[in-house]
Amino acid sequence: MSKTLIRGAKVLGGEPQDVLIDGETIARVAPSLDAGDATVIEAEGRILLPGLVDLHTHLREPGREDSETVLTGTRAAAVGGFTAVHAMANTFPVADTAGVVEQVWRLGRESGYCDVQPVGAVTVGLEGKQLAELGAMHDSAAGVKVFSDDGKCVDDAVIMRRALEYVKAFDGVVAQHAQEPRLTEGAQMNEGVVSAELGLGGWPAVAEESIIARDVLLAAHVGSRVHICHLSTAGSVEIVRWAKSKGWNVTAEVTPHHLLLTDELVRSYNPVYKVNPPLRTEADVMALREALADGTIDCVATDHAPHPHEDKDCEWAAAAMGMVGLETALSVVQQTMVDTGLLDWAGVADRMSARPAAIGRLDGHGRPVSAGEPANLTLVDPAYRGTVDPAGFASRSRNSPYEGRELPGRVTHTFLRGRATVVDGKLA
Amino acid sequence: MLCPPGGNPRTPRHLISAADLTRDDAVLILDTAEEMARVADRPIKKLPTLRGRTVVNLFFEDSTRTRISFEAAAKRLSADVINFSAKGSSVSKGESLKDTALTLEAMGADAVVIRHGASGAPYRLATSGWIDSAVVNAGDGTHEHPTQALLDAFTMRRRLVGADAGLGRDLEGRRITIVGDILHSRVARSNVHLLATLGAHVTLVAPPTLVPVGVDRWPCEVSYSLDAVLPKSDAVMMLRVQRERMNAAYFPTEREYSRRYGLDGERMAKMPGHAIVMHPGPMVRGMEITAQVADSDRCTAVEQVANGVSTRMAVLYLLLGGSETALPSAAARTEENNA
Ligand SMILES: [Zn+2]
Repeated sequence: MSKTLIRGAKVLGGEPQDVLIDGETIARVAPSLDAGDATVIEAEGRILLPGLVDLHTHLREPGREDSETVLTGTRAAAVGGFTAVHAMANTFPVADTAGVVEQVWRLGRESGYCDVQPVGAVTVGLEGKQLAELGAMHDSAAGVKVFSDDGKCVDDAVIMRRALEYVKAFDGVVAQHAQEPRLTEGAQMNEGVVSAELGLGGWPAVAEESIIARDVLLAAHVGSRVHICHLSTAGSVEIVRWAKSKGWNVTAEVTPHHLLLTDELVRSYNPVYKVNPPLRTEADVMALREALADGTIDCVATDHAPHPHEDKDCEWAAAAMGMVGLETALSVVQQTMVDTGLLDWAGVADRMSARPAAIGRLDGHGRPVSAGEPANLTLVDPAYRGTVDPAGFASRSRNSPYEGRELPGRVTHTFLRGRATVVDGKLA
Repeated sequence: MLCPPGGNPRTPRHLISAADLTRDDAVLILDTAEEMARVADRPIKKLPTLRGRTVVNLFFEDSTRTRISFEAAAKRLSADVINFSAKGSSVSKGESLKDTALTLEAMGADAVVIRHGASGAPYRLATSGWIDSAVVNAGDGTHEHPTQALLDAFTMRRRLVGADAGLGRDLEGRRITIVGDILHSRVARSNVHLLATLGAHVTLVAPPTLVPVGVDRWPCEVSYSLDAVLPKSDAVMMLRVQRERMNAAYFPTEREYSRRYGLDGERMAKMPGHAIVMHPGPMVRGMEITAQVADSDRCTAVEQVANGVSTRMAVLYLLLGGSETALPSAAARTEENNA
């Protein structure tokens, strides 16, 4: 198999090293290596990270292939530096059976751009009433370990308790979309100063926080682990921090957009900013950044949510919720966490690769950049500056809130088990 | 938002939010409305000003009174009026706003007066590049209803300052109380912005459940006690309260609501002698207002309807009349913002 030598890249932001990839594996890492017959990538000034892992991706297939497919979504993931994504279960049909998760898993293998680990639904049809066959999905070829009704909250406390308990049998985790449904009926945006002025239905922080508080208590009570999807408020951070201080098995993720954008943007009534959970306030953004830096929030997850143009080209109330994020995630994290001094590149590797892989119990990803490890790697040019142009996205959808924004950094190369999926910023 | 021509005479101006009006914009509109009201007293009530221009009333929600008011206003200015009722079409899917807008554009609409159930729909219409016409917000969701606020301010100035004496003047120092379902009221939002701009002191009165979170940043006071505020009010505006609100636990019963926040004769007697009672209509008699108050000569509800036509004439005239001097301060302000 072919060999590639990445020359002079700063591994996790440290001292420059030469990294030799032989076949599917990292063969050697040393200050200076002889290229031999290897293809050489001159990577001076660039950062080498383990391939990024996303715990929260909506690939939309099966059912909404007009917005994304496994193929287009994994191509977008590769461009963004990801080597593994977790495909959320809210497809049509819902991924609540072994058959559907195996289908998604197989489509991922065929795409070849990025590993696709399907997430199974917690309840049949995401309806929150009856547990889906969690064991069958785990035992299937897809080997599901993460279960989520994402898009909907498992709001029934008994169902949530049972799910948390049940998945212990195979070391699974329930990823909760924390949204108390009664408190968010008709909700359109964060409830606060801006919603009061705009006359848009308010989505109170307490609707998220009350569910998180309940679920960390439930997880502690039954001795299970629980993962909180897309934390968005300062109050949620406090609850997770408290739960962790108790030693409870709680993990949490934050999206790139919640690290950067605030509800002030909704003043434009432009539905590209409509998302679930909603954009919050500046104080929430700062609390989320701090929590990601100190480890209270374990990882960044994109919640990449593609929508066709017509679902956003309308009035706010009629628009779909969600933003694409795979291709801009690392740049947003660089801007909000690295360039601000809150996190170094080793920290980025931890929050965007090692920890999400550990939460998902994903083999072969999130590993150290050292000899003998699988060559899942992402090479980043942190000095790059570019303006986001969704027209150039690999994703089938264009609903990016960063259109026209200048963001730092660019993924120049992505390697999936030694094979370059992205070369010089373009799909290989 | 009153956008200036900005060098391109074809670029229309819009009225989306009362918050976008400066004091001088607002006073100019009120003064113009006063002139329009005088036309209404003539035997021939029509002006030729907007002859050949087309005004479309685009109503996604039923509101016969608002539509008729805009229609009368446009016709008295000799504009051609097209009424387009889009209620019942696939509004929930959103596509009909854009598609309808493109249709109206093709029909050569110079102004689109839009009423829509979704907050922000007029703003989207004005800013999404779908159409070139001027957009007038005739009420959007629970956001704003700026022409209602203007006609309310016009009514207050006439009653509290005087039709002639009021010309060129604002509402400096007047104490205005707005009572009722503030949370869901576009009328309240527009009034708070406009009245603050005109120098009035505004107090909102409602049960705490019907006051939005975030109201502390509004330029007004909030009180939960109607009786405490009435003696210090020059005008009391009663908002309609829908009975269905009690099903969502905003208040326990209709009786309890009207006991605590309704205006009856006894309460009205606590108001200063010169103070007026206002209501944007339609009134729910027996709920927020008793028949005795509604029919008293202190209640301006019927007058507000007549003033609505004059005020909307003024708005259409200033937006479309081609008057180069119209709304100069808005133009200057927006140019600053663009800089
Ligand atoms: Zn979610």
